[in-house]
Amino acid sequence: MCEDTIAAISTPLGEGGIGIIKISGPEAVSIAGKVFKPKRGGWDGEKSHTLVYGHIYDSHTGQAVDEVLVSCMKAPYTYTREDVVEINCHGGIVPLRKVLELVLAEGARMAEPGEFSKRAFLNGRLDLAQAESIIDVIRSKTEDGLKIAVSQLKGDLSLKIDELKKRLLGILAQVEANIDFPDENLEEATGSNIIISSEELLKEIKKMVIESEAGIVYREGIRAAIIGKPNVGKSSLLNAVLKQKRAIVTDIPGTTRDVIEEIVNIRGIPLRIIDTAGLHKTDDLVEKIGVERTKEMIEQADLVLLVLDAAIGLSDQDFEIIDSIGEKKSLVLVNKVDVKKSIINQGDLDRLAGGRPVLWISAEQGTGLDKMEEVIVEMVLGGQIVRSDTLLVANIRHKQALEKAACYLEEAVSGVKSMFPVDIVAIDLRAAWEALGEITGSTVTEDLIDRIFKDFCIGK
Amino acid sequence: MVYSAGNYDVIVVGAGHAGCEAGLAAARMGCRTLVITLNMDNVALMPCNPAVGGPAKGHLVREVDALGGEIGLNTDRASIQMRLLNIGKGPAVQALRAQTDKKHYQISMKRVLEGQENLDLKQALAERLLIEKGKICGVLTSTGAIFKAEAIVVTAGTYLKGRIVIGDLSFPGGPNGQFPSVGLSDSLSELGVRMGRFKTGTPPRVDQKSIDFSKMSIQPGDEKPYQFSFVSPFVEREQMPCWLTYTTEETNRIIRENLHRSPLFTGSIQSQGPRYCPSIETKVVRFSDKPAHQVFIEPEGKDTAEMYVQGMSTSLPEDVQLAMLRTLPGMEKVEMMRAGYAIEYDYVFPGQLKLSLETKIIPGLFTAGQINGTSGYEEAAAQGIIAGINAALFTKNREPFILKRSQAYIGVMIDDLVTKEIDEPYRMLTSRAEYRLLLRQDNADLRLTEMGYEIGLVSKERYETYIRKQKLVEEERSRLERTVVPVSADTKKILGEINGAGLPQQGITLAGLLRRPEVSYGDLLLLPMSHPDLPEEVREQVKIQVKYEGYIKKQQSQAERIKRLEEKKLPTDIDYRKVKGLSMEAMEKMENIKPVSIGQAGRIAGVTPADLSVLLIFLEQNRRNKNRNHS
Repeated sequence: MCEDTIAAISTPLGEGGIGIIKISGPEAVSIAGKVFKPKRGGWDGEKSHTLVYGHIYDSHTGQAVDEVLVSCMKAPYTYTREDVVEINCHGGIVPLRKVLELVLAEGARMAEPGEFSKRAFLNGRLDLAQAESIIDVIRSKTEDGLKIAVSQLKGDLSLKIDELKKRLLGILAQVEANIDFPDENLEEATGSNIIISSEELLKEIKKMVIESEAGIVYREGIRAAIIGKPNVGKSSLLNAVLKQKRAIVTDIPGTTRDVIEEIVNIRGIPLRIIDTAGLHKTDDLVEKIGVERTKEMIEQADLVLLVLDAAIGLSDQDFEIIDSIGEKKSLVLVNKVDVKKSIINQGDLDRLAGGRPVLWISAEQGTGLDKMEEVIVEMVLGGQIVRSDTLLVANIRHKQALEKAACYLEEAVSGVKSMFPVDIVAIDLRAAWEALGEITGSTVTEDLIDRIFKDFCIGK
Repeated sequence: MVYSAGNYDVIVVGAGHAGCEAGLAAARMGCRTLVITLNMDNVALMPCNPAVGGPAKGHLVREVDALGGEIGLNTDRASIQMRLLNIGKGPAVQALRAQTDKKHYQISMKRVLEGQENLDLKQALAERLLIEKGKICGVLTSTGAIFKAEAIVVTAGTYLKGRIVIGDLSFPGGPNGQFPSVGLSDSLSELGVRMGRFKTGTPPRVDQKSIDFSKMSIQPGDEKPYQFSFVSPFVEREQMPCWLTYTTEETNRIIRENLHRSPLFTGSIQSQGPRYCPSIETKVVRFSDKPAHQVFIEPEGKDTAEMYVQGMSTSLPEDVQLAMLRTLPGMEKVEMMRAGYAIEYDYVFPGQLKLSLETKIIPGLFTAGQINGTSGYEEAAAQGIIAGINAALFTKNREPFILKRSQAYIGVMIDDLVTKEIDEPYRMLTSRAEYRLLLRQDNADLRLTEMGYEIGLVSKERYETYIRKQKLVEEERSRLERTVVPVSADTKKILGEINGAGLPQQGITLAGLLRRPEVSYGDLLLLPMSHPDLPEEVREQVKIQVKYEGYIKKQQSQAERIKRLEEKKLPTDIDYRKVKGLSMEAMEKMENIKPVSIGQAGRIAGVTPADLSVLLIFLEQNRRNKNRNHS
């Protein structure tokens, strides 16, 4: 019944570096054959329930991407009752992602949330009792995805895609208005118009694809911000977390301020700590960072860590800061418990925390940090914070949509050059728009018709 | 006095473009059919422009024709000018448009109805729809006659509670000086049909002899005119020209100075009008930087001096209409014969219909045409034939006839009407069709004749003509694919002469040559390979099928993928409020629309792929529960 082949990373990201890519559907075996080379012998996929050792290759570069174990399971004795191939990767998140992209490039479709289970159920596996939990997965994961879409709506990427869509719709509306209203004496969308605009769009889309490849690893994970009044120990907390776990420090290009990110791996979950360069080095710099900067950091974060000083007590400023956190997931950390006795009034603290978890730590001594990690992990696994794999999926989808749009635009250009008439070229322009529309879930027809009537004076 | 006036299988209320097709289709399918009209002199009236066709609309006409309808044949009979539009823009969007002689159109359509076996045409004003045991059973007229039938098609156009507005004047009325129909609208409401209100309008008509055509540019018809119907006999007809002039700064000034007298801007008209057919006052306000708007002067017929002023639709007061007309070059001394007006009317929210155009709440009651919130003669005719066919099938207890979006513009239109929320009068546009390259006007016969034959609308003779054409096309295509062009001095010379075609590679076939952008089918005839002497329409068909094969196949495979979703049927008795996991919006919309398939559900605004997954699981749960209860 389900004729296409789907693929996804089927293990949670993080711990270990081992990850499994699951492919299900009639083309599963042949798609795997296009990216996988066994160490010995060939890949025929004839035998069911086998495990083969070998490498995944990128056919464009000819280079090995990862060392893998591939299992082949033939229908109907599989989870989905379709042919299933699982690629066990070992190289961590970067190769894992690359392998998935190769599989998708060979014709698999990115699985929707809960889609493997959905297929299993629709193909007669799993019992009725399990149906509800599949629906829950579909719903909650989709809502996660929506949250991400919404959060990214504010982001540069989304604004950029919206702008591209608008421009593409402009060309399309001109083409279509001339087709549907030939007697209106409208300005014609000539072949050279179409080529020029499409090529401009193409250039930008391709740049975005490259950027997304370079930046994508660092955009995944949970974004955390450490905030608090000056001198409460934000920098020592950061240093303490980083002490043994520092993974990658990178400059993020294109941002106006000199922001760096520290990425730490907390029990398998990549945690990106947003920080300002030099912030944790000299205390006097801290003072220069105003409320505005704090707000900006909160805005960007998935998780906010508010640091208080046990020895100082609470002030209005703390309440101001916590107000600006709003609905964001957050923890209250009372620091310096080792140094002096706390003078913080418990009642005030409860009022300040407003139900947020409160932890007593010493950044200097490292006390309470294990507990902190535990709470963060719980928040993530408990679904309170959007999981990084949802984010990864969103990012791969974006990239795929961009690549698809680029591909259609190229066809549109070559269509014009081969002197295909405008109604044929419009098919590719429309498909390019729809590829971009997939990101935000919009469809072209109504938008297009609205645009025609907005841009052109039409009517008998 | 109420009296019993007769029994029929199907009654059609209204004899406009929808009513005529509905009545003819039902009668031709063997049903005893009654068509009633409130004015016998206004059968197939064209109250707005004297034209049929254009992009998407012309496609609809061809489709109705291929199914065995009348609009194509009648337009050919009454045409006074034919033009093929969008010639350079590709095969999918080429479209035929006719100027017609309005009176001739009416008279010849009426003659067809009068001559139709099984069909009675009567003048009567329908007052009430009659119901028995929840089903439609008849209609009561204003004179007390009761006509009984198993199925009724209401094609009331813009007559339901029609209100005419000209400046500050406003009075109840149908189009073109007719009286409105009030009782029928109330009767529909009482039956539980929800009604909305739309607005449309028409421009003034002017006297030909008061126009100075020397100041306008002439718009002649095509030298070699095409016809709409695939079976119209070729008749040499004299073509009449149209004329083009423009509004001026002075026109704009007059309109702007009188906006306070325009019912569109004073608030006297509240209902939504069509964006593609704005009044001249709307155009001047919305596109204020445009100095001049095109105005076409079109003849209303051979036996009249009335000319239609296309582009000047208006509801401004009569004195302003005349003043603004006189600012157009060539119209300085123009005399107005009829003033333009706006009309407001009740329509049925089309979401209450099934894809067969039967209402969901009253079995046997169908609606078609402008009453369903559409605009245009072609849209009306296309719904009319489908409603007529389905009314006939209903009386025979047969499955409804439904065209898919990938099969016909008719399918796109009806699916849009029942699935989307229509918030302005709906006009067919080629951009609404996602499989535009499959739904060409040139292949409407290949797409639909067979279906028309199966339901009994297309004659055996016509069906055989279609089979012959199809066979010729197939044979020629396979000949082109088979025939290899030899690389000889001879062929090199011939191909060298074709504009930029270059020389043949080893082993290229005729089809391969034809796929080159610069080679036409005509060029192939220059080559020495034997070629059958084929009719023009067959050559045209072969050319399109070969040249655009790649794109056609792409759209076919898209359609094929969607087809699987269309085949996943949704029972209409699902209580969506009880489906766990649907989003609130999806639940409400689906409860309202009751889609028949997963495919249709997916086209409802606000229904996401996740909602569709939830529905699929729900269906499987239901199936298993049923099985369990059985065993």
